[in-house]
Amino acid sequence: MEWLNAVVQGIMLGGLFALFATGLSLAFGVMRFVNLAHGDLAILGAFVAVSVTSALGLNPFVSLVVVVPVMLAAGYALQLGAFNFTISADPLPSILVTFGLGVVIQNVLLETYSADSRGLDVGSIEIESIRINDAIAVGWIPLITLVVAVAVLGTLQLILSRTALGRAFRAVSDDPATARLMGINDRNLYAVAMGIAFATVAIAGVFLGIRQSFGPLDGPAQLLYAFEAVVIGGLGSVWGTLVGGLLLGVAHTVGGQFEVAYGLGSGPLVGHLMFLVVLATKPTGLLGRRAE
Amino acid sequence: MTEHRVTRSDRQSSFGLAASAVLVVVLFLLPWWDGDGSLRVPLVAILYYLALAQMWNLLAGFAGLVSIGQQMFVGIGVYTLLTFAEDFGVDPYVSVLLAGVVAAVLSLPVAAFAFRLRGGYFAIGTWVIAEVFRLIALESDFLGGANVRTLTRESLGGYSLDTRNTVTYLMALGLAVGATAIVVLVLRSRLGLALRSIRDNQEGARGLGVSVTRAKLVVWVMASFWTGMTGAVILLANPSARAESAFSVLRWTALVVFIAIIGGVGSTTGPIIGVAIYWFVREFLEDADEWRFIILGLIAAVMAILAPRGVYGLLQKRWAVQFFPVRRRLVGPGIGGPAPGAPPGGTADAGGPAQPVAGAEGPAP
Repeated sequence: MEWLNAVVQGIMLGGLFALFATGLSLAFGVMRFVNLAHGDLAILGAFVAVSVTSALGLNPFVSLVVVVPVMLAAGYALQLGAFNFTISADPLPSILVTFGLGVVIQNVLLETYSADSRGLDVGSIEIESIRINDAIAVGWIPLITLVVAVAVLGTLQLILSRTALGRAFRAVSDDPATARLMGINDRNLYAVAMGIAFATVAIAGVFLGIRQSFGPLDGPAQLLYAFEAVVIGGLGSVWGTLVGGLLLGVAHTVGGQFEVAYGLGSGPLVGHLMFLVVLATKPTGLLGRRAE
Repeated sequence: MTEHRVTRSDRQSSFGLAASAVLVVVLFLLPWWDGDGSLRVPLVAILYYLALAQMWNLLAGFAGLVSIGQQMFVGIGVYTLLTFAEDFGVDPYVSVLLAGVVAAVLSLPVAAFAFRLRGGYFAIGTWVIAEVFRLIALESDFLGGANVRTLTRESLGGYSLDTRNTVTYLMALGLAVGATAIVVLVLRSRLGLALRSIRDNQEGARGLGVSVTRAKLVVWVMASFWTGMTGAVILLANPSARAESAFSVLRWTALVVFIAIIGGVGSTTGPIIGVAIYWFVREFLEDADEWRFIILGLIAAVMAILAPRGVYGLLQKRWAVQFFPVRRRLVGPGIGGPAPGAPPGGTADAGGPAQPVAGAEGPAP
């Protein structure tokens, strides 16, 4: 029964991973852009939420009203002012810029907020849960996180498949040069995509902060989990990202249960190993349409 | 001279080689005139950073393998030295060589996974694998788990403190000079030609019969071997380590990447300039680690956008300098030798003032 509980909790945790992976997947899908600062931006979002909640006395959930637009604007501006200049056939400049940015964010957070762990307090809902039987209970916060992840990914899927914006995204993804000839401003479109990516990763960061304590150097781990969720699920597939996140979440909690039962291994280690197994056996991911 | 021929040397690069030879001799003799070691101790760190930066430069700048997982080979080197010297009683200096061998052997299965990914995904993939090694070191009771491990005096053999400091310094010097020599020699070889053709057009190179995967794998294993040995020497210089420090992405990859970008990635001279700038920042500007990372990270990120070939690229744009003889040029009647101050073309180490040789130099016209 502990193992079944681990799977249930893993699905909940997977919601958070899927939320982290959304922005990474979108930026790669639209402009083949890999943002190595993705995890650090989530942690930045969580720290902004810490400042907003303490300055305005808001509930962290409400602080999203401030954090998300701020990060959306930051993503839009950063893409227009910096990242766009690195987009070329050579992936090196974009890797270097975002890797440098991530290290700078980590160390600025260290200087500003110290190395102490923080948390975002949303009140008594944090400890409340829905009891399914005497061994399994689902916490409200993880459940809300999963629902939000599904909602965010569903919205993204709708935007991509049903709107003019989504059609433009798909057009520049397939062939930027021809899309430009058809009157699409690809540079601006990239900025919009990065704005959406930043907004989703800020949501992920705030939910991470509500769920667990976090510190300035926690970003890279989140980047790796997000990346693993994207690759496991398959590049270019919105629902693949959700599936990848859920599987990774289950790997983490089952690995944690393994550690409890046998004193060996850990959640992140089992998660990484599952990623490597998928990479070796099915490099296109479980629901992917193309290899990269 | 009536024939056309391909040359890699000119007066400038001959001067560059002679100047570097003098510098290496002076540095080699340093232990015999720097009595109190006041120069040697800070220099060791500069030298092993140069070795790491040259190896990363070889991977990212020439083979298109942008690894963010180099800390895995440093960590493997650290733990190999600890295991052989501390647990098995092997001579520590022999163990340094073993550290390189173990890193090279382990780099093969790493490549089997990581080479399935490209570009930015390769970067994160190597980072994930480095994390796996860190977590295994943390889990393993044999390797010491989460404890700090120290290279004790017993395992360092009967060598006196003075001898040990001198040998550590000379090893760091050898690794730095050797790393630079490796990059120069690789670029002058057939492998170097293959790498440049892959860098310019991977599919085109494949079509001309270049074995893309094999060329990349050879470079990958070489860089892993050298980075592993460097990791062992890092432990000799700082005898305490734990998994977090031995596998630190900030220390052994981020800083190395910043040094290479600021100096100039994709050139042999760039990392030398970069490590000099790192030394300047460290000695004169900032003591605190955090601020050093912020300063160097910002400079590197800005340079990656505005000057992707680094300080060396900027110098080359202005003066067409070539420090090491790695650039192929066609000389002969009607073409003219390399004129100083002539407008340079192409990329660092790849373009040149004279006529380009097809397939040998920068991007195709």
